[in-house]
This record gives sequence, C-alpha cells and structure tokens, in this order.
Amino acid sequence: MLPIGAPALPLDEAGRYVAGAYVVFLVLIVVYVAIMAAKLQRIERELREVTAIAEERKAEKEEVGAR
Amino acid sequence: MYGKGLRPLSIATVAMLALSLSLVFFYAPLDGDQGFIQKIFYLHVPMAMTALVGFIVGGVFAILHLRSGDRRWDAYSYVAIHISVIFGVAVLITGAIWAKASWGHWWVWNEPTLVSFLIVFLLYATYYPFRYAIEDRDRQARYASVFAVTAGAFVPLNFLAVRMAQSLVHPRVFATSNGGLPGSMMLTFLCCLAAIALLWVTLVKFELTAKSASGQVKRLRRALDAPAGRATSRIAPEVS
Repeated sequence: MLPIGAPALPLDEAGRYVAGAYVVFLVLIVVYVAIMAAKLQRIERELREVTAIAEERKAEKEEVGAR
Repeated sequence: MYGKGLRPLSIATVAMLALSLSLVFFYAPLDGDQGFIQKIFYLHVPMAMTALVGFIVGGVFAILHLRSGDRRWDAYSYVAIHISVIFGVAVLITGAIWAKASWGHWWVWNEPTLVSFLIVFLLYATYYPFRYAIEDRDRQARYASVFAVTAGAFVPLNFLAVRMAQSLVHPRVFATSNGGLPGSMMLTFLCCLAAIALLWVTLVKFELTAKSASGQVKRLRRALDAPAGRATSRIAPEVS
C-alpha cells in the first residue's frame, strides 16, 4: 500500500497511467472550451437578432417621420 | 470590460503550460522510488492546490458581496467556485489514476488526504442545487454567498485537520525529515503551479467575459422591449 519504497512500475506500464492522467486534464479543458464556444455562438446569434430588431425599429421610425 | 487583457493572458497561459510540460518530461529527473509514474505529481498537486485556493477565493468574493451588496462579487464568487469544481474533478480522476499505479487501488478510504478532498469536492458540488433551489435572485445571491463563506472557511480547517492526522501514507514531499524535493523537481513543480494557477485565472476571466456579454444582450433586449431569447440559466448570476 505504501508508495514510499514500493518498486517503480516499468516504463511501458507507468507510461500508460501518466498518459491517462494528462489526457484526462486535456479532455476536461477541451470539453470546457467547447461548451464555452457553444455559449459564445448563442450570444452572437442573440446579438444578431437584437441588432435586426433595433434596425427594424429604426427603419419604422424613419418611415413614420417621412410621412 | 471583462474581455480586456484576455488574449495576452491566454497566450501567457499556453506558453507557461508548454514550458511546464517540457520541464516535466525533459528536465525533471525520475523519482527514485516511483519512477516515471511520479510525473503525475506535477499535474495532480498543482491542480489540487489551485482548486482549494480557488474555493477560498470564492469565499473572499462572497464576503465582498455580503459587505457591499454588489451582485458583481456574487458572480465572481460563483465563477471562482465553478472553475474550482472543474479542477476538482480533474484532481479526483488524476489522483485515482496515480493511486491505482502506486497502490494498486483506484481509491483508498483510510487515506485522510483523499477522503478530505472528496468531502470538500462534494460540499461544493451541493452549491449548484443549493442555488437552483432558490427562485428569488437576491435571496439566491445572499444565501449562496453565505454558503461560499462557510465552505471557504472549512477548506483551510480541513487541510489542517489532515496535516494533524499525521498519516504517512500520502507522501509529504515539501518538508520531511529526509529533506524536501530536489531543486530541479521543485523548479518544475513551481512552474507547473504557476501554469495551472494562470489557467484558472484565464478560465475565470473567460467565463466572466461570456457572462458579461450574455447579460448585456439581455439588457439590450429589455431596453428594446424585444421578446426574450432562449431560456437562460437560473443558477448563474448575471454580470453587468
């Protein structure tokens, strides 16, 4: 049970565990960034919608003013 | 506002992570006892330290929220805890991998360091349903801040309790009777700690920037009296 004094694993076996740990870290970061990217895309889409509404309202006002 | 400086911070984080990984695999010597498996230490321990400090930082932001009533601090506290919980997931998984390689078991219940970290993680995992259970935004922010302060105070107490438990199962490498880490390992560890801490700061800033943009779009919709967009989170606080 004690890691201190326990024999070191051979490189091929230890390598799999080390690679596993670093891959977990990488995957978590990539998943997080992907979720954030999806959120930012949604914000961008909403911003486009709001901009379209604002421009529509402005055009309506100008039309009323011209009459 | 929150996006200011995000690009240089991201570049610095990537550079620091690349430097740290290079040091881990090409500079730091192999550990005499554990051999190559000890390389997990350079990822697992800095993430654990950053997550725990992140929880405390979340508590400090919560104190500022309770003192000032400014919702911005509640958002900071929420994001700090959120990112620390994600780091906590990584700590538990990498720790389990290291335990399996070193001890032959994925989890050891009589090891105080492991169990105490799990307790802290589970405590913070209840933060989300706790927030979600409260409808009123002001009450939600206030109660969440009280939770963050209480849980934040529990983190160092928990750390001290584990230290006092005197277990030698989990290796103590910074100050032992046999001496601490050798210089090259310590340098590598400190670089990794700086890289992971930078990553935490970058992710917090990234999330705050996204929340701020989302909040501004919502306010713009309200100002234009436009129909609301897709339903947004009831848990996450708005950032102005």
